[in-house]
Amino acid sequence: MKTNDVILQTTAKVVFFIIFLFSIHIFFTGHYAPGGGFVGGLLTTGAIVLLLLAFDLRTIQQILPFNFTIVTAIGLLLALGTAAGSIAFNVPFFTHAFDDFTLPLFGTTSLHTAMLFDSGVYLVVVGSAITIIQSIGGDD
Amino acid sequence: MNTFYSVCLVLVILSMLGLLYRVWKGPSTPDRLIALDAIGVMLISAIALISILFDTPFYIDAILLIAIMSFIGTVSFSKFIERGEIIERGSDR
Repeated sequence: MKTNDVILQTTAKVVFFIIFLFSIHIFFTGHYAPGGGFVGGLLTTGAIVLLLLAFDLRTIQQILPFNFTIVTAIGLLLALGTAAGSIAFNVPFFTHAFDDFTLPLFGTTSLHTAMLFDSGVYLVVVGSAITIIQSIGGDD
Repeated sequence: MNTFYSVCLVLVILSMLGLLYRVWKGPSTPDRLIALDAIGVMLISAIALISILFDTPFYIDAILLIAIMSFIGTVSFSKFIERGEIIERGSDR
């Protein structure tokens, strides 16, 4: 018998964007408030898991055509590149730097290289968690 | 005013104990599932009251996070009860 879950699918389509925006918020406020790359990555994983629950595995692989192990590798490279980039400026490994920039839309913004490291953590968490869930859910 | 919030916290914890009794006693699996979902809501209320009592706004993110995770957990459990599998593979085309 073919089941029809139109309520779950419509709810998932709306709630996905709320969870995704909340994960982006929690990722960007990690410097001044609770949160950061790890929780943001787990929340993005939760949003994708909600889509996986409402639809099936093959549909989500068509919507998000990434190989998530490569996403993990890109995250590790970003974190290692941020840590190793400080060597080029004759300061010890993992030294961070920040400065105030005047951006056209945001005004004066303080940008910190810890953000790049945090986005590396975000990509690693999203990639590894989605890889685990997809490989377990794909088994028969 | 702090006494009022403390009394509210005690009431929320008492209702959480009642829900825990339903989780322990519940005759069927959906009873336990509904009780766990309601425990999530009670946890949200308890964290909000604790955030008022400690006079800090930093617990607000945890409230939204528990709401989202409780929703996803309830949806996945009910899909497991209904179909027997949580994530479907999809048709080969």
